[in-house]
Amino acid sequence: MSTAALPGDWAHEHAHADHHEMSFLSRYVFSTDHKIIGIQFLFSTLIFLILGGLLAMAVRWQLAFGFSSEHPMPIVGKTLFAHTGGQISPEFYTMLFTMHATVMIFFVVIPMLAGAFGNFTIPLMIGAPDMAFPKLNMMSYWFMWPAFVIMMASFFVEGGAAAAGWTSYPPLASVPQAAPGSLTGQTLWLLSLLFVGVSSMMGSLNYITTIVNMRAPGMHFFRMPMTIWALFITAILQVFALPVLTAALFLGVIERTLGTSFFVPDNLVVNNQWAGPGGGRALLWQHLFWFYSHPAVYIMILPGMGIVSDVIATFSRKPLFGYRPMVYSVAGIAGLGFLVWAHHMFVSGLNPLLAMGFMVSTMMIALPSAVKVFNWLATLWQGNVHFTSAMLNAVAFVSMFIIGGLSGIFMAATPVDIHIHDTYFIVGHIHYVLFTGSIFAIFAGIYYWFPKMFGRTMNEFWGKVHFIGTFIAANVTFFPMHILGVGGLPRRYAAYESANLAQFQGLNTLITMGAFTLGLIQIIFVINFFASLFLGQKAGRNPWHANTLEWEAPSPPPHGNFEKTPTVYRGPYEFASPEVEEDYLPQARKLEGGGAASQHAH
Amino acid sequence: MQKFWSLLFLLVPIFSVAVFVIAPSQHWWLPDNVSSYGADVDHLFMVILWIVTIAFLGTQAILVYALFQFGERGGKAQFIHTNHKLEFWWTLIPAGILVFIAFYQFNTWLDIKAQKNFPKAQPDAEVLAGQFEWRIRYPGTDSIIGTEDDIISLNNLHVPVNEPFMIRLRSRDVLHSFFLPNLRVKQDAVPGMTIPVWFKPMKEGDFDLFCAELCGWGHYKMRGMLTVQSRAAYDQWLKDQEKEQAFTGLEQASTDGKAKQEVTQ
Repeated sequence: MSTAALPGDWAHEHAHADHHEMSFLSRYVFSTDHKIIGIQFLFSTLIFLILGGLLAMAVRWQLAFGFSSEHPMPIVGKTLFAHTGGQISPEFYTMLFTMHATVMIFFVVIPMLAGAFGNFTIPLMIGAPDMAFPKLNMMSYWFMWPAFVIMMASFFVEGGAAAAGWTSYPPLASVPQAAPGSLTGQTLWLLSLLFVGVSSMMGSLNYITTIVNMRAPGMHFFRMPMTIWALFITAILQVFALPVLTAALFLGVIERTLGTSFFVPDNLVVNNQWAGPGGGRALLWQHLFWFYSHPAVYIMILPGMGIVSDVIATFSRKPLFGYRPMVYSVAGIAGLGFLVWAHHMFVSGLNPLLAMGFMVSTMMIALPSAVKVFNWLATLWQGNVHFTSAMLNAVAFVSMFIIGGLSGIFMAATPVDIHIHDTYFIVGHIHYVLFTGSIFAIFAGIYYWFPKMFGRTMNEFWGKVHFIGTFIAANVTFFPMHILGVGGLPRRYAAYESANLAQFQGLNTLITMGAFTLGLIQIIFVINFFASLFLGQKAGRNPWHANTLEWEAPSPPPHGNFEKTPTVYRGPYEFASPEVEEDYLPQARKLEGGGAASQHAH
Repeated sequence: MQKFWSLLFLLVPIFSVAVFVIAPSQHWWLPDNVSSYGADVDHLFMVILWIVTIAFLGTQAILVYALFQFGERGGKAQFIHTNHKLEFWWTLIPAGILVFIAFYQFNTWLDIKAQKNFPKAQPDAEVLAGQFEWRIRYPGTDSIIGTEDDIISLNNLHVPVNEPFMIRLRSRDVLHSFFLPNLRVKQDAVPGMTIPVWFKPMKEGDFDLFCAELCGWGHYKMRGMLTVQSRAAYDQWLKDQEKEQAFTGLEQASTDGKAKQEVTQ
């Protein structure tokens, strides 16, 4: 490696760092540095978060005001739907919610947690200079771009983007004449997700290899922070589940382009046209899709649980309660996660006896989740809780995850699921897990690691304002959805025309007001984020007085991360240790004399 | 200020409970049940609702109290890593409750779904779902569905009250789902599969039939009606339908049937 030959302060400040002389392009664009790749993932996914949010607001607009030219869709309505006075069409509505979910799941939550946080934190938190395969890592980011481009292009093809729901159940998603979005849009949807899958696979293999091989001296598996444990187990989950999705997507693509028939049964006539040779099974897709996509639900929550565990321990100034049970419960959720997929199919025509098995496994997966909640609460107990923006979002995650977890029990119970399946109860549940779960964890992670990423802290005051607004608006938006579901409102309806559902219109309007408030409040976050990039208070190496290894490196860490490889002497949560005067004891600090005493087992 | 945060989190249980307390009085609740097994489903729903409410309020109370009591209190926190007894009990007790909830569902589920518990073997009607309508076929006089004398009804399923009714559910194009909220019935219609569905309505009246599985742009308007009526009215309706279907356009006055034939030719 060449020595530094950089101008000015930068070179001076990082004189000991191990880095190359690099052009702007290779440093910030085609970078193999895990931190830059993580930040690239972060920016890309934040942009898609805005897009996904706008799509959701369009969905909510329709549900509040229905088909009405008196309330045209704001801003875009008059342009896009001039001939109908600004009111949207039902086929556009189906496309809106399909693309909202697709963007949020595949372009925001998964790549944000695994791509952005996984890339940024893994080498730093295990004390490695970079990932095991930096070039593969770079490719994992750049393979997202074909996915982005193809998916965005699908909005502009004939028939528009895919409109068969994010689950894309055949035959609706297989037979071109079944829906406008099933023309070219659906093929592009499948192709785009194939690229996402390749990207995730490259990332996951890299994470597993890095965590197994590149831990700093003394970083035993049971000294790894929960974020790393969660990302590690998530990566394993991805590696085992993704091939099934890839196979399913590939079958979908060739069914649509080569006229093979995997999911389309015999003698099907759709929209007055023969639907092809037949011989397939509609339920096959559901099994394959959920065999990936149920584990994917955990892929979208486990890293969040890891982040939240680290943030809560740090700001409770207290060791994480039950570290080992926390690790085992993450592993338990991941393992059981492979045995519960058919709980999405209780009313699909699945064998009712098989459904009972899936009900029991689904109930049992609530157990490790409950254990995690109890341990988080016990971590707060007798702590010295610091209410930073990161901490507030992490505590909100716990509070909201309790709701999301408990509402899952209704769906796991097969007889109750008969009534609430495919109603707004499900929509409420998934948003408690994915919005107030994953997204609060993402906010917590951003506030927490922002100083490490960019060398400056985000503004705490505006962080708290953003938190209060988001917390209240999210609950107003998502909680009443449970009630709508109990009342039997089917999801994915562009309008509720039955007189028996008329009393729910007020709630739907309230939800829409909540959703728009929620959207507007995010502007505070965006401004805080960008303003803090340039104007934020300069952060030292360890602004939160945390213990894990990333705080040993400069903020932001140079290429290669650490001046010298850190040695780990203890677990990640030695807060309030009686061995030192301060209330934290970093993993890499060697104590004079009795350093070994702190390495006690739990 | 630290007390403020615990109060903010206190809003969660207050708001959540308030919504569930207010909802029934605003008719934001389970639709009126009119099926024989609907009461069992509702009972299971309420059992789970009470169990999760207790778990919810307990955990939220601890969370709020912890934030209230231990928020920015200064000094060092307690130095404790775990407590094996606690871990043991808070694993075992929820496990027991979850196993109980799971097994408590079995009977109702089997009553509704298991083939051996079906009240009858022969279907009373076939429901063929398609974009975006429900095509209902009654067997007619020969008791066999799919023959020429079938009685066909569009988007209106008539059934007799207080009798089990068996449906043969099919789809002719994409997935649909046969959803009767008032009867706690939901079953996907899958092309290529014929799925039996039964229910026993206990009250006369007209009830919603929704499609609950996305089936295309017209999903939201794929609505039908379930008409529950007395046995006599149901039989009369079938007879009327039969007559209407046989009606060829001429007044019934021509009793010899000769004029009828001429027209059909």
